[in-house]
Amino acid sequence: MSTATFRIYRGAQGGGEMKDYTTEVSEGMVVLDALHGIQADQANDLAMRWNCKAGKCGSCSAEINGKPRLMCMTRLNELDLDKPVTVEPMRTFPHVRDLVTDVSWNYRVKKKIKPFTPRTPDAPDGTWRMQQADVDRVQEFRKCIECFLCQDVCHVLRDHHKEESFIGPRFLVYAAALEMHPLDTLDRTEELKEAHGIGYCNITKCCTKVCPEGIHITDNAIIPLKERVADQFYDPVKALVRLVRGKKA
Amino acid sequence: MAEYETFEHDVLVVGAGGAGLRAAIGAAATGAKVGVVTKSLLGKAHTVMAEGGVAAALGNADDRDNWRVHFADTMRGGQYLNNWRMAEIHAKEAPARVNELEAWGAVFDRTPEGKISQRNFGGHRYPRLAHVGDRTGLEMIRTLQDHAVHQGIDVHAEVSIVALLKDGNRVAGAFAYDRERGRFRVFKAKAVVLATGGVGRAYSITSNSWEYTADGQSLAYNAGAVLQDMEFVQFHPTGMVWPPSVKGLLVTEGVRGEGGVLRNSEGRRFMFDDIPENYRNQTADNEDEGWRYTQGDKTARRPPELLTRDHVARCINREVKAGRGSPHGGVFLDIAWIKDKIPNGAEAIKRKLPSMYHQFKQLADIDITKVPMEIGPTTHYMMGGITVDGDSQMTNVPGLFAAGECAAGLHGANRLGGNSLSDLLVFGKRAGEHAAEFAKANGAAAIDAAAVDSAAREALSPFDRAGGESPYHVQHELQSMMQKLVGIVRTESEMKDAMAQLVGLSERAAKVGAEGNREYNPGWHTAIDLKNLMTISEAIMRAALERTESRGGHFRDDYPDKDPQQATFNIRLRKAADGSMSLSKETIPPIPAHLQEVIEEQKS
Ligand SMILES: Cc1cc2nc3c(=O)[nH]c(=O)nc-3n(C[C@H](O)[C@H](O)[C@H](O)COP(=O)(O)OP(=O)(O)OC[C@H]3O[C@@H](n4cnc5c(N)ncnc54)[C@H](O)[C@@H]3O)c2cc1C
Ligand code: SF4
Ligand code: SF4
Ligand code: FES
Repeated sequence: MSTATFRIYRGAQGGGEMKDYTTEVSEGMVVLDALHGIQADQANDLAMRWNCKAGKCGSCSAEINGKPRLMCMTRLNELDLDKPVTVEPMRTFPHVRDLVTDVSWNYRVKKKIKPFTPRTPDAPDGTWRMQQADVDRVQEFRKCIECFLCQDVCHVLRDHHKEESFIGPRFLVYAAALEMHPLDTLDRTEELKEAHGIGYCNITKCCTKVCPEGIHITDNAIIPLKERVADQFYDPVKALVRLVRGKKA
Repeated sequence: MAEYETFEHDVLVVGAGGAGLRAAIGAAATGAKVGVVTKSLLGKAHTVMAEGGVAAALGNADDRDNWRVHFADTMRGGQYLNNWRMAEIHAKEAPARVNELEAWGAVFDRTPEGKISQRNFGGHRYPRLAHVGDRTGLEMIRTLQDHAVHQGIDVHAEVSIVALLKDGNRVAGAFAYDRERGRFRVFKAKAVVLATGGVGRAYSITSNSWEYTADGQSLAYNAGAVLQDMEFVQFHPTGMVWPPSVKGLLVTEGVRGEGGVLRNSEGRRFMFDDIPENYRNQTADNEDEGWRYTQGDKTARRPPELLTRDHVARCINREVKAGRGSPHGGVFLDIAWIKDKIPNGAEAIKRKLPSMYHQFKQLADIDITKVPMEIGPTTHYMMGGITVDGDSQMTNVPGLFAAGECAAGLHGANRLGGNSLSDLLVFGKRAGEHAAEFAKANGAAAIDAAAVDSAAREALSPFDRAGGESPYHVQHELQSMMQKLVGIVRTESEMKDAMAQLVGLSERAAKVGAEGNREYNPGWHTAIDLKNLMTISEAIMRAALERTESRGGHFRDDYPDKDPQQATFNIRLRKAADGSMSLSKETIPPIPAHLQEVIEEQKS
């Protein structure tokens, strides 16, 4: 067994400092394991979130050596253990304690997006028919584990704090999943343009790079949504159809 | 009573997994004012981790399937200790509950006709599990969560319930603290639904998260409700065994459903060596037939890898003990071999089992499309739990309901894979609706101030003992003890030893300390939850000692056979007046003729 040092942000409401903890590490360990060891032996009150330990729940988001990542999916053998490994909370969200941040804004934003509203069922037994090829794209978006790492890294939120006027990459993915759902009947393009602020995104692709689920956030969700917005609002024919039908054109 | 922030709901749902969310939606639909409490953030409950699928006899993949077959499969899997009424309701209502998810936005994998696709799973006669790759639980919880937040339900995230409050006999609400600030809360409620999930944290090797500290089971027990079938813990046959830090992490049964096979170190498919009598005529007797079954050949019978979990887990255990295991103490699970059978095999594996591919690649540096996985049994699911009425899900405490993994009955001695997610939907809905009905019929109850104050004092007591032992250390010792002495193979002498050790551990648990302050303090939370784990460990041991036979998830080395005499009762536990745990054997009511008929007709 060898040891490694973790430099962890400790403190409450942003008033904290980096503290060093040295702990035993072994083959195959991930950052979350090391932190659990520290929590059990040296700092019982070390605050962090985790649930599944398998990259499935999106609870354990943090910034490891400055990069937004899941602690349970970051193996120690990918890191340089000759130096202390820094572990900090996501910087974009209000700080609570140690590695825990207040992510409640995300839940409020989601609630503002118009919910799924299906067409009438295709079959008399109340079910629908959809081909696999038609749902592949939506299934990609629905892989999202709501870790909010993409929100954390997006400069519109991180640096410019446009929380009031921009829903962020996670919820553009969510809106795309609804818009491209074969059964959904609503049109969300106007809100996307106005209240949801899709125009703030300048396609830097930082969100796509950190997504642990490998969702092509920018190419598959944001850009097609931007095209829809452009089509509908700048194409006079489509704008007219929208006016008359108030539906997806 | 000191001043606490107080919330009032008609129905308080404890838990925001599949069962809790479905209960909340069901209660809200009747017009009730509903609150949901969860220890984690919304959408992070255990249900999110479910992989393989949700069982419902939709008959999309094989039109011979219907509720009768599903009912008979569930009873056979549960070794006939199931609450037959629940098994009947479950089989009949699961298809509607799954279709309803589609109406709320879920996107299941499709059949070529554009219907919801269904896959094979252990113990299910026909392909029955609706799924989304191997992330079905995520699809389910996200669908329910996104639907629920638009139904006027109040969500209290990162709040832990520490005691149920009563008014005379009936339930009156619950006492809680919020994790973020550490402040106490009083919830007044006319009815309470427990949907808190399982108990896996009582063991060291488990697929379960920190949340599974048996809170609901002990809250109910302490409030006078009855527990049953606690001897039946499901050890899932395929958990990861290496690297050490992921030991226990689940490898979905879907791998075997898609054609994965088990081999020992000699390369032998040992599952063919031991096929139980009651499954013989449904099980393939050669490798080719088994393979054809996984590929949808309706004339073929299922491969022995898809026998029930209790049986597969014990066969793996036997191979390892006999020295035919893999390098890290498991056996081999091989899906890579299907590349010889189908074109583009590697791509098919990645498409059908994306998160397994990901999990092994990232956590073990193993490419499952190229080499076999190493796997071994892991503590996975609690069949036992809170005793409820099969139709309404109400416990013996008026106004207290339970649904999902924390309730008992549906699964008997062994749960079939996929039958949990459907359980959550079917009985979550029923619990929510009946709770709302109870609330309407019974009105408000009074809160007992003295009980609140004493719950608060008890919750804070770890701080009075700052400098006391670390709660994590006691928890870890309990876990290794349970794993070693009350695990997959049990004997009387070991369990008596465990009982004795539990006394010492309980004394230590009562003395653990919490350092720091009340804000988001996991050490403090662990100290509080520890009591629940102690209660439930005792319940498991007492029930396991009492059942002197081997059946389903319960295997006794000193009584290795099934005893027909013991097929007639459930073991029940309740808190006696003097605070001790009392045990009784409850005769299972006779199964009605029309259901017995179904069982007989499906035996062929
Ligand atoms: C890795 C894995 C894979 C699985 N795969 C499948 C599968 O493919 N098919 C299948 O059918 N089943 C599967 N299962 C089983 C199934 O997922 C669970 O049994 C099921 O999700 C339990 O759901 P639930 O609603 O009862 O509880 P959970 O989803 O666990 O929710 C429990 C809720 O209760 C809350 N809670 C607990 N205690 C308290 C408290 N004191 N105060 C407040 N809130 C509290 C928690 O925060 C949480 O919100 C799997 C399980 C695991 C672990
Ligand atoms: S691509 Fe757009 S959403 Fe993504 S990080 Fe860049 S600006 Fe933000
Ligand atoms: S889109 Fe990706 S990075 Fe963003 S919240 Fe979802 S899983 Fe996380
Ligand atoms: S603990 Fe669930 S994603 Fe890390």
